[in-house]
Amino acid sequence: MNSLIKDKDNPVEFSSSLTQFFATIAGLSIFSLRFFKDVFLPPYEFGEIKKHMDELGIKTMPIVTVTGFIIGLVIAMQSQPIMKKFGAESFLPSMVALSVVRELGPVITALIFAGRVSSGIGAELGSMRVTEQIDAMEVSAINPYRYLVVTRILACTLILPVLTLYVNFLAIIGGYIAVALSEGSSFQLYTNAVFKSLEFSDLIPGILKTFAFGFIVGAVGSYKGYTAENGTVGVGKASTSSVVTASLLILLVDMVLVKITVWLWAP
Amino acid sequence: MVEVKNLVKSFGDHKVLDDISFSINEGENFVVFGRSGTGKSVLLKCMVGLMEADSGEIIIDGHKVGDLSIKELNELRKNTGFLFQGAALYDSMTVRENLEFPLIRNFNFTPGEREKKVKKVLEQVGLLEAIDKKPSELSGGMKKRVGLARTIVTEPALILYDEPTTGLDPITSKEISYLMVELQQDLNVTAIIVTHDIVCANIVGNRAIVINDGKICYRGDIKALESSKDSFLRNFFSGELIQN
Repeated sequence: MNSLIKDKDNPVEFSSSLTQFFATIAGLSIFSLRFFKDVFLPPYEFGEIKKHMDELGIKTMPIVTVTGFIIGLVIAMQSQPIMKKFGAESFLPSMVALSVVRELGPVITALIFAGRVSSGIGAELGSMRVTEQIDAMEVSAINPYRYLVVTRILACTLILPVLTLYVNFLAIIGGYIAVALSEGSSFQLYTNAVFKSLEFSDLIPGILKTFAFGFIVGAVGSYKGYTAENGTVGVGKASTSSVVTASLLILLVDMVLVKITVWLWAP
Repeated sequence: MVEVKNLVKSFGDHKVLDDISFSINEGENFVVFGRSGTGKSVLLKCMVGLMEADSGEIIIDGHKVGDLSIKELNELRKNTGFLFQGAALYDSMTVRENLEFPLIRNFNFTPGEREKKVKKVLEQVGLLEAIDKKPSELSGGMKKRVGLARTIVTEPALILYDEPTTGLDPITSKEISYLMVELQQDLNVTAIIVTHDIVCANIVGNRAIVINDGKICYRGDIKALESSKDSFLRNFFSGELIQN
């Protein structure tokens, strides 16, 4: 906030920040477009992709487990008194399921994933850049973009939908705990209500957009790390700015995708 | 083997290399001296296409580096070794994986042949016992040796050394220098050595150039350098401050 005020007070600094922002967007776009060219070219690094998927999945599993469970629990606990006021407690399982599957599950998982993974990729590639490991790869006639970047972006794109399904499941379980504690309803009754309210058109858009979110996390982290400079300071900067940029882009892209989803799947 | 003609490279307004020209014969160990920040590493990076020169030509084995496509440049790079100042070992890999990495991706060796090559070069640098260690478990000198092993494992015809002895104690520096001579004799490679270390240069090199303010201020025999009457060269090698 302070830096924003400072930027506005100083027109030169403000315009240079703005230029830097657009330069980042342009650089990131060119960097990401290269992915679509290189992903289809051999050698295919399946071993690396699998290794990154394992690492990223395991790294994020504990935090998404806790978060997923709490999301469902809190939504149900918050909504229950209001629903009761309108005599609509029976809709509580449906409400939890729909809000989790359509929006909260994918977005919150993606934001956590961005915080945990994007910064890690930024720091890892950033430190490889400043210690000349990426240059060493290049002079060994090995394409560092294909080996380091393509594998990480693919791993992020493929693992995030899996994590989101897991979070959705846990959040629905969390919702059940809250409902069971307050109303004592049975698990079967709860799951029946959940599955009755959920349709294919609720689940598919939510999962599809996580592929885009996973791509954003991988691409932003890789871009910031790959282009890091100025030694250890640059590595730290790459790590933090990865999280900020990825989170912001996830929210912006979500807004666009929700609009498209509503337009395509409107009842 | 290597020819550099009128090479110019600037960063903003600062010209780090200004009209640099020299040529190196096959099998020669050529030393590039200069103070820190005089563009010696930039010169090496231009030679392998990591940086683009503003003007001038670099010709390696008859190929103009600036005119090569990425595929052709990679073919040239497969025949060139580069020892980075900080060794630049891949820290997520073991020593074995570091050495196998270029062999797996650029050559069609069987796993047995790879193993043999890796063990042979590690024996040459005296670090066979470190084969399964990670770079973080190695000392500075050991990292340099492993970096050297990774540079020679592909048996390149040209090796570029970027300050191979910087940051090492005098004994380890000498060990590395003698190792470079041994390798040169065994493999008959051409080498360009960027350094500040006159001891290393005396052990390894045949001819040298000295770069000052972006220009070559000396070219010729290394032995003659130390007895030079030029005030900059005298101060450079004695380590005395230059009086204005």
